[in-house]
Amino acid sequence: MAESTFRVWRGDGETGGFQDYTIETTTGMVVLDAVHRIQAEQANDLAVRWNCKAGRCGSCSAEVNGMPKLMCMTRLSDLPMDEPVTIEPMKAFPLVRDLVTDVSWNYRVKENIAAFQPRKPDNEDGSWEIFQDDVDRVMEFRKCIECFLCQDVCHVLRDHHLHEEFIGPRFMVHVAALEMHPLDTGDRLEALRKDQGVGYCNITKCCTKVCPESITITDNAIIPLKERVVDRAYDPLAKLLRVVRRKGTPA
Amino acid sequence: MAGFERHEHDVLIVGAGGAGLRAAIEAAAAGASVGLVCKSLLGKAHTVMAEGGVAAALANVDERDSWEVHFADTMRGGQYLNDWRMAELHARESPDRVRELEAWGALMDRTPDGRILQRNFGGHAYPRLAHVGDRTGLEMIRTLQDHGVHQGMDVFMECTVTRLLLDGGRVAGAFAYDRERGRFQVFGAKAVVLATGGIGKAYQITSNSWEYTGDGHALAYHAGAELMDMEFIQFHPTGMVWPPSVRGILVTEGVRGEGGVLRNSEGRRFMFDDIPALYKEQTADSPEEGWRYVVGDRDARRPPELLTRDHVARCIVREVKEGRGSPHGGAFLDIAWIAEKIPDAPAHIKRKLPGMYHQFKALADIDITKEPMEVGPTTHYVMGGVRVDADTQMSNVPGLFAAGECAAGLHGANRLGGNSLSDLLVFGKRAGEYAARFASENAAPSLDPEQVAAAERHSLAPFANDGGEGPYKVQEDLQELMQNQVGIVRTEDDLASALEQIEALKERAANVAVTGNREYNPGWHTVLDLDCLLTVSEAATRAAIGRRESRGAHSRVDYPAKDPDWGRYNLVLWKDADGNMKSRREPVRELPGRLTRIIEEQG
Repeated sequence: MAESTFRVWRGDGETGGFQDYTIETTTGMVVLDAVHRIQAEQANDLAVRWNCKAGRCGSCSAEVNGMPKLMCMTRLSDLPMDEPVTIEPMKAFPLVRDLVTDVSWNYRVKENIAAFQPRKPDNEDGSWEIFQDDVDRVMEFRKCIECFLCQDVCHVLRDHHLHEEFIGPRFMVHVAALEMHPLDTGDRLEALRKDQGVGYCNITKCCTKVCPESITITDNAIIPLKERVVDRAYDPLAKLLRVVRRKGTPA
Repeated sequence: MAGFERHEHDVLIVGAGGAGLRAAIEAAAAGASVGLVCKSLLGKAHTVMAEGGVAAALANVDERDSWEVHFADTMRGGQYLNDWRMAELHARESPDRVRELEAWGALMDRTPDGRILQRNFGGHAYPRLAHVGDRTGLEMIRTLQDHGVHQGMDVFMECTVTRLLLDGGRVAGAFAYDRERGRFQVFGAKAVVLATGGIGKAYQITSNSWEYTGDGHALAYHAGAELMDMEFIQFHPTGMVWPPSVRGILVTEGVRGEGGVLRNSEGRRFMFDDIPALYKEQTADSPEEGWRYVVGDRDARRPPELLTRDHVARCIVREVKEGRGSPHGGAFLDIAWIAEKIPDAPAHIKRKLPGMYHQFKALADIDITKEPMEVGPTTHYVMGGVRVDADTQMSNVPGLFAAGECAAGLHGANRLGGNSLSDLLVFGKRAGEYAARFASENAAPSLDPEQVAAAERHSLAPFANDGGEGPYKVQEDLQELMQNQVGIVRTEDDLASALEQIEALKERAANVAVTGNREYNPGWHTVLDLDCLLTVSEAATRAAIGRRESRGAHSRVDYPAKDPDWGRYNLVLWKDADGNMKSRREPVRELPGRLTRIIEEQG
């Protein structure tokens, strides 16, 4: 048993500030446990979003000592406990209250990304032949728990607020998962270039560093997508072929 | 009804886990306008925690599997208290429901010839669980979510239903509040599907999240629907036990499916010490035979670690009670030992169980490829729920449907691992389909302003209780009570005293106060959750008192044996005109001859 102090952001989008809470901490505690103890003992109305408490649902994203983290997977024993632990909400989204932000923008973005379009089934029972290698290729992207920490640190969103022009690393990963899906026949390259702002990413890899699922966002998702877009849009030979083919297509 | 935000839909779905999403997709496909209310953000529901896989007799790994074997396994696991028709539909339809997921973009692990791979799990005769590593639930919910949002439905995130609205005897809609602003929402609907999951938060040690407060059970009960099998609560044998803050977090049965073994402090594989008669023929005689089963020897029988969850949980409790437990009051679960059997075991473990590897490494400083885990029982699942028609999933309240964990019938006295994800798909689809049909065949009900006003008064009451105690302590006391007195091992005295204490807690709950305002106020929400928790706790306790025998997940010290007479009844609960909870024995529906023959053939 020890006493520790937590400096927690309290307030809504207009007013607010840090408030210190001192509580007893025990072996193995994570930051979310501390927030819950504060909530149960000292601040019943402290707003926090959480669900699984096991790093699988991606709800309890916040900034702990300035670092974007899942509170449920951040152990106090990994933090310097001789000084107050600062806990504040994500910065790339509008604040609702205390540690809770309005992440609804992410859901709107996703709805606008073209859905999965499978090729015709390989077998009569409607199933497909897919090999483990094909699964493994996109598995990394499908591990995403939608915690939006990558969105939170992306400076295009966090500092430049270009939410209307750039879909952010989370949805680059989503598009990559669809584009590299062994069955998908959709084409999302034009949208990536025109509406989804793939060009805004300048590969600082901040998103990759904070991903709790260790997805290599920049190298494995964004850069290959950038390459595909460039190959498509700016390769003069490909462009010529496209024009010729389009002309050759009967109306 | 001025002052409320109003919404109208043909079908309103409460809950957006696997069952709710699947129901929404089906109802929308049938042409119904669909509202989907979820207590958290979309895609965060408890389905994401499902790890092991989805049970479906695809027969990709062992061609001897079939829906008949799956049916017989499910009935045996449920100690024959299951609704046979639900068990039949589930076994017949789950393969199609799984293949359909693939058509919507899900990717599962593969066999060498490119089909869906299946793994072993407790109580399933053949490798039957389609899976992707140990994050099958995430794959499933993300697939349903991403497919669903393109089907045209209105999604209400962070919105909690506190009351169902009725028109005469039939359902007419729901009263809810949105968490972000604390505003009230009135939903009018021709049909309502409850898909709210379970009741784990009634217990101290649970694998369930804060959402699991029995909302659907309580909403249905107060609206006049019957609950069934509420004495059957599954304590999953393997939850984390150390450190204290992670106590209860699930350790997938997949660990045992991949060869993990249970040992006590003396190093003994104690699961070999007590094998129930019902499973004697199917269980390995020796560790050597058990391992052969794990690696796919078709002549070998299952290792005893893969017996049903109720039994494994009781064995762990026995070891701890008799002084052979692990340092923190559990048993040792060892997967690292397979290094003796296969080359490059650590890489294999990390590939098959990546979530478990990460979870123990990050939360407990344990490397599961090198050392054993400490595990113990955790409240995981409720077999009981709303009593529904097997084919349509409609309750006795016209227009009110239930699917998934909050419905009763499929699992009987104990659920097999993997059968919940298939349950969500099969009966989520059916509930959506029949709710849409009900909506198309019935006119819009009318909403009663007095019911809405009463629901509003109920929701706002805690703001008027100046100076009362806060809700968290009451919730904690209820959890402690249920853990200690309505847990894995039960007695009449404990249960009767629990019932009295629940009454006292109800009074405390009626007087709790909230601080702060209505916007995103977890204290307020905890008060409203408490209502549901108290209702389901009372239901579980009354049912546990009623069933004077031990069967499946319900274990009575004072009635330690199975009673063949009780084997013919389910216990049904309902609310009488005076608001009291009543119970009766309802005969289990008799199996038709064709299904009896299947069970006999499967031995």
